[in-house]
Amino acid sequence: MNRLEILRFALRGLLANKMRSALTTLGILIGVAAVILLVAVGEGSSQSIQKNIQRLGANTLTISPSFTGGGGRGGPAGGGQNTGPRTQARQLTLADAEALADRAAAPSVASVSPVVTAGSATATYEAASHDIGQLVGTYPSYFEAMNKQVARGTYFFNDDVLAARKVMVLGTTVAEELFGDLDPIGRQVGVSGVPFTVVGVLKESGSTGMQDADDVALAPLPAVQQSLTGFGPLGSIVVRATGASATASAQAEVTAILNQRHGVTGGAAADYRILNQATLQETVSAATGTFTVLLGAVAAISLLVGGIGITNIMLVTVTERTREIGIRKAIGAPRGAILGQFLMEATLLSLVGGLSGVLVAFAGTRFTIAGIEPVLVPSSVALALGVSVGIGLFFGGYPANRAAKLRPIQALRHE
Amino acid sequence: MTAPVLRVRGLVKEYGEGDARVRALRGVDLDVDKGDYVAVMGASGSGKSTLMNILGCLDVPTSGSYQIDGADVGLLDEHRLALLRNRRVGFVFQSFNLIPRMSALANVELPLVYGGVGQAERRSRALAALEQVGLSDRLHHEPNQLSGGQQQRVAVARALVTAPALLLADEPTGNLDTASTRDVLDILDRLSASGRTIVVITHEDDVAAHAKRVIRLVDGAIVEDRRRAPVDGPPPRLAEAAR
Ligand SMILES: Nc1ncnc2c1ncn2[C@@H]1O[C@H](COP(=O)(O)OP(=O)(O)OP(=O)(O)O)[C@@H](O)[C@H]1O
Ligand SMILES: [Mg+2]
Repeated sequence: MNRLEILRFALRGLLANKMRSALTTLGILIGVAAVILLVAVGEGSSQSIQKNIQRLGANTLTISPSFTGGGGRGGPAGGGQNTGPRTQARQLTLADAEALADRAAAPSVASVSPVVTAGSATATYEAASHDIGQLVGTYPSYFEAMNKQVARGTYFFNDDVLAARKVMVLGTTVAEELFGDLDPIGRQVGVSGVPFTVVGVLKESGSTGMQDADDVALAPLPAVQQSLTGFGPLGSIVVRATGASATASAQAEVTAILNQRHGVTGGAAADYRILNQATLQETVSAATGTFTVLLGAVAAISLLVGGIGITNIMLVTVTERTREIGIRKAIGAPRGAILGQFLMEATLLSLVGGLSGVLVAFAGTRFTIAGIEPVLVPSSVALALGVSVGIGLFFGGYPANRAAKLRPIQALRHE
Repeated sequence: MTAPVLRVRGLVKEYGEGDARVRALRGVDLDVDKGDYVAVMGASGSGKSTLMNILGCLDVPTSGSYQIDGADVGLLDEHRLALLRNRRVGFVFQSFNLIPRMSALANVELPLVYGGVGQAERRSRALAALEQVGLSDRLHHEPNQLSGGQQQRVAVARALVTAPALLLADEPTGNLDTASTRDVLDILDRLSASGRTIVVITHEDDVAAHAKRVIRLVDGAIVEDRRRAPVDGPPPRLAEAAR
């Protein structure tokens, strides 16, 4: 009695009841495909979120003013700069940025880029006009810190900043809206009436989510201040740490310097906020991890239902064929052969169902599901297949073993 | 005289518990020599099938010992019992017990599959066995496409195909008409003449008349054991025909 014979018997047994075998296989197929697909969707969404965060730049801290905190120690509203309850809060200034760039006080800081952002700025070129989503005035270091690369033309340089030259690097969306197929390099764009010369176009970063990351324009800080925002406070300061491991120490140094400059002491709330990309990334990946587990759990339930299907079918099959088992035993079938046949049947059912489930899932991950590109997780494939075959073996083996243990006459008398 | 093929001592079989307890066999002693052809007779419920199932290793006795070819069956483990059923014993049931949705040929090959016989040899032996029972023209029919007599002949072929020392038949002709009965009995006569040991259960005197020895059971005990022809001669019907 070799394996091939057992396989033949098992196939014959399955083909004797085609409809039932097909439905059981379908149950397993759906379970396995659901597990793999849902986990892939979870992984895909988590990766796209991660990518969005990374696009904001690696190893960077973004410092922005926080109007909920107050500098100083509980002083009453002074009539100095502002009115309202947050008078103690100080804005971020260029001087703050210069202080952060101090090598000695902040050794973990690689570069500091002060940023001003002009709200609605309308750019025009000849007859075309476009509302730029985000017009940023900053230093050249911003490009590296925020991971912005130029596809055509050049960046602007420190000279441009010092001379407050009206030059501009456009995001692809802005470039297309204004120039269409024309090469924008060297042409003049009017921004709220002020002419800027286009020196470069950024690489497309692709956008997911609400905001179009390519609807931007970058220009030297003083140029933007002169013509658009005025020389008021900074919108934010982007600090790049010297390395991934240095972000924490960079944050500590920045905090120390700003606390001192803004007079934040003891337990008082700071009047600025530091957004650390690394911690943000950790938090988000923990959240998306939970999301993936949740999806996986839902899918696991469907796999379990498929497994119960196999169990049910094997129970019915074995009971229905107890008499046949009796005949086989009476003519000298060893217990192992009987058990092998039914185990093989269960394994074939779950393996065929599982493998086609994997195929369906592979096909499914090629499509975008609800705006998310699924990413196949190999371990989920192994897990789903393993669980389906395991369930088949265990729950198919149990009734088969019970029947194979019967004395031939007991099995023969079974009605 | 060699050791008997079958040796049964003090065989007792009880079914059920307490009030519902039935003593189907109450101390049966029996020896069957090699080459003998034994008919077991008795009223319905006298314990014939119970005895036969124990002889075929399909059931276990409540007490008593049972030897095949000198080996104590009670001491064999599950695996050896399966081997014994496969190699030494051929069993023919009253209700045929062929496996449905398998051709006659596949049914006959089945014991050889479990016996580990190779495909080519399996095929030729199964064909020979079916030829012996005159069914060479029904090889690929499934049981539900065969008459009762034909099904029983397939069952006999299946019992013969492993060339067992012992052929056990529980009312093999019980469900058959006279013509089919004659076919099956002729086969048994020929097997006996070729030296096979046969034990057959029957209600009918006509069938018992084919055997060399007739045993009568009443209420689970042997009450009569009559020899009709010598063990090493041909069965009585063939002997008559030859005369
Ligand atoms: N599985 C069982 N459970 C309980 N009692 C049983 C069982 N099998 C047989 N018996 C009882 O054992 C006794 C002998 O039964 P057995 O089948 O051996 O009779 P038999 O001589 O073959 O009869 P028949 O000629 O009708 O086939 C009967 O009284 C029967 O009721
Ligand atoms: Mg009976």
